[in-house]
Amino acid sequence: MKKDIILAGVGGQGILSIAATIGTAAVNSNLFLKQAEVHGMSQRGGDVQSHLRLSSKKIFSDLIPQSKADLIISVEPMEALRYLPMLSPDGWVITNINAFDNIANYPDIDKVLDKIKSLPKHIAIDADKIAKDIGSPRSANIVVLGAATPFLDLDYSSLEDALKSIFGNKGNKVIRANLDALKAGKEFAENNLY
Amino acid sequence: MQKLLLLGDEAIAQGAIDVGVSGIYAYPGTPSTEITEYVQKSKEAKEKNIRSEWSANEKTAMESAIGMSYAGKRAMVCMKHVGLNVAADGFINSAITGANGGLVIVAADDPSMHSSQNEQDSRFYGKFAMIPILEPANQQEAYDMVSYGFEYSEKMKIPVLMRITTRLAHSRSGVERKKSIKQNAVNLPENLKQYILLPAIARKQYKVLLNNQEKFIEESENSNFNNYYDNENKKLGIITCGIAYNYLAENFEDQKIPYPVLSIRQYPAPIKQIEKIYDECDEILVLEEGAPVIEELLKGLLNKGKTIKGRLDGTIPRDGELNPKIVADALGIIYDETENIPGIVAGRPPSFCPGCSHIDSYKALNEALRDYSKGRVFADIGCYTLGALEPFNAINSCVDMGASITMAIGASEAGLVPAIAVIGDSTFTHSGMTGLLDAVNNNSSITVLIMDNSTTGMTGGQKSSALGKIEQICIGLGVEKEHLHVLKPLKKYHEENANIIKSELKYNGVSVIIPRRECVQTLNKRMRKKLKVQVTENVLKQI
Repeated sequence: MKKDIILAGVGGQGILSIAATIGTAAVNSNLFLKQAEVHGMSQRGGDVQSHLRLSSKKIFSDLIPQSKADLIISVEPMEALRYLPMLSPDGWVITNINAFDNIANYPDIDKVLDKIKSLPKHIAIDADKIAKDIGSPRSANIVVLGAATPFLDLDYSSLEDALKSIFGNKGNKVIRANLDALKAGKEFAENNLY
Repeated sequence: MQKLLLLGDEAIAQGAIDVGVSGIYAYPGTPSTEITEYVQKSKEAKEKNIRSEWSANEKTAMESAIGMSYAGKRAMVCMKHVGLNVAADGFINSAITGANGGLVIVAADDPSMHSSQNEQDSRFYGKFAMIPILEPANQQEAYDMVSYGFEYSEKMKIPVLMRITTRLAHSRSGVERKKSIKQNAVNLPENLKQYILLPAIARKQYKVLLNNQEKFIEESENSNFNNYYDNENKKLGIITCGIAYNYLAENFEDQKIPYPVLSIRQYPAPIKQIEKIYDECDEILVLEEGAPVIEELLKGLLNKGKTIKGRLDGTIPRDGELNPKIVADALGIIYDETENIPGIVAGRPPSFCPGCSHIDSYKALNEALRDYSKGRVFADIGCYTLGALEPFNAINSCVDMGASITMAIGASEAGLVPAIAVIGDSTFTHSGMTGLLDAVNNNSSITVLIMDNSTTGMTGGQKSSALGKIEQICIGLGVEKEHLHVLKPLKKYHEENANIIKSELKYNGVSVIIPRRECVQTLNKRMRKKLKVQVTENVLKQI
């Protein structure tokens, strides 16, 4: 088993929670893991990414080689496109469709979404709306993670367990919200696979 | 034992906790900050009474660590690469005094300048000081090398430099711990004159250092951290340093690397192994994360030997960090074609957080400067450096920690009056205070804005040494009370704030203006914690 995943978003959008969830699930499934994060300056509203590598064998590089990523999981649509050079020709893009517009020259969102929809393998999900509908607007990032679960090759229950342990000290309400978000994302992806 | 999932930085911290370190000394700086933060948050470290408070700057951190080593205990000092410039005086001379209790210096380099103003390679500093250098290739090795480094330091009575780079510092992987050992007791050096670097003693001590060089090379040649892998195809020999080996191995996954490989993670460079690969192979490719340190040594000035490929001949780009693709290109390995970044994707540089006090401060400053010609604002290093970006365009320099005040002094003396310095609270106590003393003694015509957000913001909100002390420091240094103002940078005070700055710009002497409002990030964190405490208290009451 080997999965190379690019996580993308804007500083503060919660991609490190996604990384921590997949990472915890992978380690508990006895997989090797490397996870390169962005700390420091870019966390101030800049573009951030994390290289997440899972494998049943020893992993050398902390960075995913260009054109070898199996998945791009993005909590922001334009940020998903930024990492297309990293994506393998059969790779999937799973992205939120809601723009995080903190720059003066953000492109026309319709053009961004058209580009995503032109990709052969993609899941474009309105994670903000789904998160709001289930009463947990702050869990949009976990909704996106949920939409990626069919592609991760990890037991779904291992991801649930990871969420329980990561949000364990925040109380049952927060855990429940995140589990619901994960499930809602998963269901969306399963209904929109083509 | 179960593996811990740790950043490279955290692996170093856990290594230090487990190997009986008594003190960690540091000033925050990306990508080194998480080492000290991990120790600060560790329950174990607290139980073991390991001191880990932030120092005012890297120099005071370095010197405190030298003092702890003098007293016989193990000390670690951590900084980003440019922090080693600040600590350099103590660092270089600690090689001459030698170590008593183990002394390990961690410098975290930032090739590609993700969060830095240059990409200097700290291995030059190790070579400069003539001390051993360790360069781990992965998180486990980072953990293991801390224990090796302290043993080495005590065995050879020498400080050891550990050099990491951003990718290792900020990448997580499984780390297996070893048994934890006890701290040293206080135990002074046998020779109580060893640390007195008067010329007569320093000359002797320097000879000790020089005489040890051969032993250091021998240690490197026999080290488990330097490995020679012999392979059949001798057309090319590959030397890798630190994490560069990973990028090489990544390109061969399940296959064997066809060429002989020398993987170096301990310096001074292992001469015997280098001689072997050089003699046996037709050409050499050197892969280094950072500057061409080994490559330059191999080539020498005249470059009359075999072909050496690497950063100097363009086989590898001269600047920036390595990645698997760069190494593949150097070896002629071809990757699948992929899509380029679509043209519609716009750059997203970092920016001020919504509600940040610096936004209001810069708006007031820009307003106050409206009638002056451009190019007068000397800034410093921190979140407020983002004032360089649109729509503010508010600053004209960012050179090194503290340079705002001193550059303003020089510019004002050249005739650029008024000259303005913009510096953060933590940067002010790091390296701004001495500059302000110069300004007072010169009676320079400068206006200093100390942008006080009451934290070390850019690195994630560490405690600032300046907290609650800035006015007293300024008055103590001789700033006149009537030219010292504290402002509240809020939209509703915009006009008032701009007017105060405007009137101080006209003053022919040193003015200090302190726009003070807490960082929105630390404020949020504090509020969340408070809320949590309240919730817990309420729950407890109900029980």
